[in-house]
Amino acid sequence: MVEFDVVDLPDADHVAEGDTAPEFTRPLVNDEFWADASLSELTDDGPVCLVFYPMDGAFPATYIWNELRDRELGDLLTVVGISISTPYAHKRLIEEREMAYDLFADPANGVAEAYGVAHDLDGMAGISGARPATFLIDEDRTVQYAWVAEEWPDFPPYDDLVAEIRALVD
Amino acid sequence: MSDSDPQITLYRLQAGPYCERVVRVLQDLDLEYASRFVEPMHSERDVVKRVAGSRPVPAIVDERTGVTMSESANVVEYLESTYGSGLVDGDGDGDSDGGER
Repeated sequence: MVEFDVVDLPDADHVAEGDTAPEFTRPLVNDEFWADASLSELTDDGPVCLVFYPMDGAFPATYIWNELRDRELGDLLTVVGISISTPYAHKRLIEEREMAYDLFADPANGVAEAYGVAHDLDGMAGISGARPATFLIDEDRTVQYAWVAEEWPDFPPYDDLVAEIRALVD
Repeated sequence: MSDSDPQITLYRLQAGPYCERVVRVLQDLDLEYASRFVEPMHSERDVVKRVAGSRPVPAIVDERTGVTMSESANVVEYLESTYGSGLVDGDGDGDSDGGER
């Protein structure tokens, strides 16, 4: 896709398949408001696809959410994103992408750290975000599928992800 | 949320003085509440219009009494007359334990 080598990321000691997904509570943003919510509140309702993505505004966020929006996964399970952007930025992204998924706001990046997917941003002193990563989490909060970027930039393997989602929910 | 879901939902702005006034009263009365944050632009507040009939915040929804109310003076008066001086037990467990939780 590009004419040059993308940058390899160092190995990540991330949450893996079979692990219990770390619990967290953060403001969960929808197209109208935000309120604190926990991961287990979402998994209590069924499987969850948790998507870590680089902060709102740059092309990775745009491309990832355009693709996931177009694949219309909301009927199969709960798709929810998380980045370091503020609730205000999340509301803009949800509106601009016209997406039917909610987004957790984690400006201090603690959730990405807990999942082992934190990524210090080169040239932005003091800002750490997440490398792109997707975790399929079942009702018991067990991770059934994990994908974590190994390059920068990198994008979820959407076809594989959807196949794993269908295998989990069917 | 869970079994301990607060019965009072507060629609609020981040650091809105009228909203903070209501927050202070909720805290003084030792009431559990869930915050839903909306944005300054009224055009961004359809959810408040839907639940409260109009867009100003603060607005509260009290599941226990079925009351929905906006404007901080009204809300403060409602909270103090309903939950102040031990009229109704604020912790939702039905007994009157003087607000101890």
